[in-house]
Amino acid sequence: MDNLLWLIPGFPLVGFLILTLAGKNMSRLARGLTGAGSICLSAIVVLIVGWNFLINPPAAGNYTQTLWTWFEIANFKPTITLYLDGLSLVFVFVITFIAALIHIYSIAFMAEEADDARFFASMNLFVFCMLILVLASNLLLLYLGWEGVGLCSYLLIGFWYQKSENGYAARKAFIITRVGDTAMAIGLFILVYQFGTLDIVAISHSAPEMWQAGSKIATLCALLLLAGGLGKSAQLPLQTWLPDAMAGPSPVSALIHAATMVTAGVYLIARMHVIFQLSPVTQMIIAIIGAATLIIAGLSAIVQYDIKRVLAYSTMSQIGYMFLALGVGAWSAAVFHFMIHAFFKALLFLAAGAIIEALHHEHNMFKMGGLKKSLPVIFWTFLIGSASLAALPLITAGFYSKDQILWYSWASDGGSPLLWFTALLGAFITAAYTTRMMLITFWGEAKTHLGMRPGKLMTIPLLILAVFSLVAGFIELPHNFGHVQLFSEITEKVLPGTNIRAAVSGEFIYQIIAVLTTLAGIYTAYILYYRKPMIIINLKHSKSALGLYQFLLSGWRFDKLYDTVFVRPIVYLANLNKDDVIDKFYQGITWLTGRAYRALSFTQSGSLRWYVMGLLIGAIFILTIQIIL
Amino acid sequence: MEVGFYITAGVTIISTLLVITRHNPVHALLYLIISLLSLAIIFFLLGAPFAALLEVIIYAGAIMVLFIFVVMLLNLGQQTAQQEKAWLKGKVWIGPAILSTILFGQLFYLLPVAQMQAEMPAVDAKVVAISLFKHYVIGVEMAAMLLMAGVVGAAHIGQHKKVVLHRFLREGEEQL
Amino acid sequence: MNSLIPIDMVILLAAILFVMGIAGVVIRKNIIFMLLSVEIMLNASALAFIAAGAKWGQPEGQVMFIFILVMAAAEVSIGLALILQIYHQHKSLDIDILKEMKG
Repeated sequence: MDNLLWLIPGFPLVGFLILTLAGKNMSRLARGLTGAGSICLSAIVVLIVGWNFLINPPAAGNYTQTLWTWFEIANFKPTITLYLDGLSLVFVFVITFIAALIHIYSIAFMAEEADDARFFASMNLFVFCMLILVLASNLLLLYLGWEGVGLCSYLLIGFWYQKSENGYAARKAFIITRVGDTAMAIGLFILVYQFGTLDIVAISHSAPEMWQAGSKIATLCALLLLAGGLGKSAQLPLQTWLPDAMAGPSPVSALIHAATMVTAGVYLIARMHVIFQLSPVTQMIIAIIGAATLIIAGLSAIVQYDIKRVLAYSTMSQIGYMFLALGVGAWSAAVFHFMIHAFFKALLFLAAGAIIEALHHEHNMFKMGGLKKSLPVIFWTFLIGSASLAALPLITAGFYSKDQILWYSWASDGGSPLLWFTALLGAFITAAYTTRMMLITFWGEAKTHLGMRPGKLMTIPLLILAVFSLVAGFIELPHNFGHVQLFSEITEKVLPGTNIRAAVSGEFIYQIIAVLTTLAGIYTAYILYYRKPMIIINLKHSKSALGLYQFLLSGWRFDKLYDTVFVRPIVYLANLNKDDVIDKFYQGITWLTGRAYRALSFTQSGSLRWYVMGLLIGAIFILTIQIIL
Repeated sequence: MEVGFYITAGVTIISTLLVITRHNPVHALLYLIISLLSLAIIFFLLGAPFAALLEVIIYAGAIMVLFIFVVMLLNLGQQTAQQEKAWLKGKVWIGPAILSTILFGQLFYLLPVAQMQAEMPAVDAKVVAISLFKHYVIGVEMAAMLLMAGVVGAAHIGQHKKVVLHRFLREGEEQL
Repeated sequence: MNSLIPIDMVILLAAILFVMGIAGVVIRKNIIFMLLSVEIMLNASALAFIAAGAKWGQPEGQVMFIFILVMAAAEVSIGLALILQIYHQHKSLDIDILKEMKG
């Protein structure tokens, strides 16, 4: 079965190559079919391989396929090896499955677009890179996929490059993630230096023997890898690119937020959990960063008026949950939340894309309204997605995944009441902004004339995702409520289990609290934005509230902070050095040469006698030197 | 023998000085021939009879005849002498003459002062010919090629063509 | 034929002739005179070679003289051809009016 492994990234790569090389000469239909078909084939291969993996678990616990040796330098010999275990399987499944649905949706979404060959080619490359990232058996190959993902995000965010803001957003995403990537590269260098290899399994085996828990080198490595993860996953303090990344087409946003790119950080930390376990400090930092991000992003989401920005901030916030889970040692819960989040976030983005398309590219929620009647399919699927995001109890998948995280943030080894409370507050905020988004978008009166309605090609992926957003949670139920553990059975073979502090009990009570918090959030938003909207309107008159509103709207002014702290000083220095200080010296030489040339050019009089005189003087000069010396 | 050398050396210097100072080209040429002939005597005295012969036959004979021909072709006569007189003013030659004197002074200073009075055997034509056609046969070949190139080049350059003027200048030419 | 000529004096004579030649090149404005002066310089160097050859009793000095002779012949033929052309083009032999190479 493991011989099929290469087909998983192979199909998207072939699709990318065909679209790049021959895309211009193909019909629109052929381009769409190639783009979506390659991912669909890949998804089918994943299903076959995954089915086999689950039915007949391999003895070693993984499938490994070595394709070829990448290069050889002394003892350092990275190979192109694909490696599939429970963790990668989850990621590969989510990536291919959701990407396939997004691609199918894109055929309809990009139907009017002129340059759809470039779009599908970039999307295929994006998926290919992400698959390489999660299937890589060594960190170097992982890094290849990692950078490839960065490149593709640049290409896709700046897809509509004719508008300069989009190009700016693309550059911003690329540069800010590059900060993290650089740190990660340094981390990889240290790992090579220490272990002489980048093979993940080898490192995981030898790290606990070589490094003591809590040692400096382990912490350093973990922090550097974490920085890479923070950049890609848009966590504090490298989160500012994500809201601007909405400049790309909606399917791109869906792909970035659900299946690829932002989850790379989660994958990296889960994959390298051995190193992170050796550094409790880093674990704590991860948890704190996750908690801080989920609050900051949540509060920002609550005031946004651009529907895609609300979703972008919610992604940051949800990834914050994943990081929180990773930080407290709930590895499995983080990956589970990743999967559920991928389903409902892809659904939400695709639905939002459909709405935006239907309303003549209107992003502002306050100009939407009343879509409940006019777009029923979108309404219901969006409702399901939102419910899952808000973690509506019992029926939605989001509830089960988030509840786990909430519980572990209290109960696990690394957990603490403060983290739990933060997560709870995040849950409240999440429920509130989700409800607000629903109410503003779908209720009320219609404010914009409806354009085209989404066709079947768009709605069917939405329906499939909606179903998954509801039922995917049932494969992992809390042990006091159904106790199904299909999911953690897969991942626990790879990831360590979560240690529960001995002193805590009463999971049921915490679940009730979580449920009540969510409901309270929904109810609050319902009151504020539907029943008594006057409260908000009145608030807008007060100056401090308006200031707070502006503050949150700009994403806690992080852009401004970075602008002041990093961009401006560098621009100032660059301005100082605009004429290149060091160049002055060379310019001086040029100037001197020019002067000397002018001074000497009169000797080129064309008079033969002068030239002979020159010879004569030269001879005298040389003889004089000889006489003197 | 030594006295003979000094006399010929004096003749050479004086005649050469006259070459570079005469106004009339024909006079200058004749002085140059004298200079070459006296030089040939010095070669002879130095034990190089073959070189002395060549000096007389080729230099004084062939090359100088070329000069004479050119002077005749260009019809350089009294008029040229007048012109030369006008050109050779003090301020024209004084600077170069000083520079040349300095150069000579330096050469004089640098020349080795040797106690050369040793016997010098004559190197006759046979030895020279053996050396030429044995060791330096390639040099001879190249010299032949050079002469060939000289002949062809002279024939080509010396062709009497029409006056070549740039097309912008042709109108002016017609007016002349 | 044996001779007892002081070689120093011969070399000195060569130096005098050479300097005279170079002075002639620089002083004269007429191209024909300049060419004559170049001949003087060539002769001077030839004399130096002959003297050196005589001092060591080797034929190389005369060999070099022959080469110089050949070169002088070629140079004179080309040079005179050029002078003829220049005279035809410019109706003058004044070197100072031939300043087309002014940079």
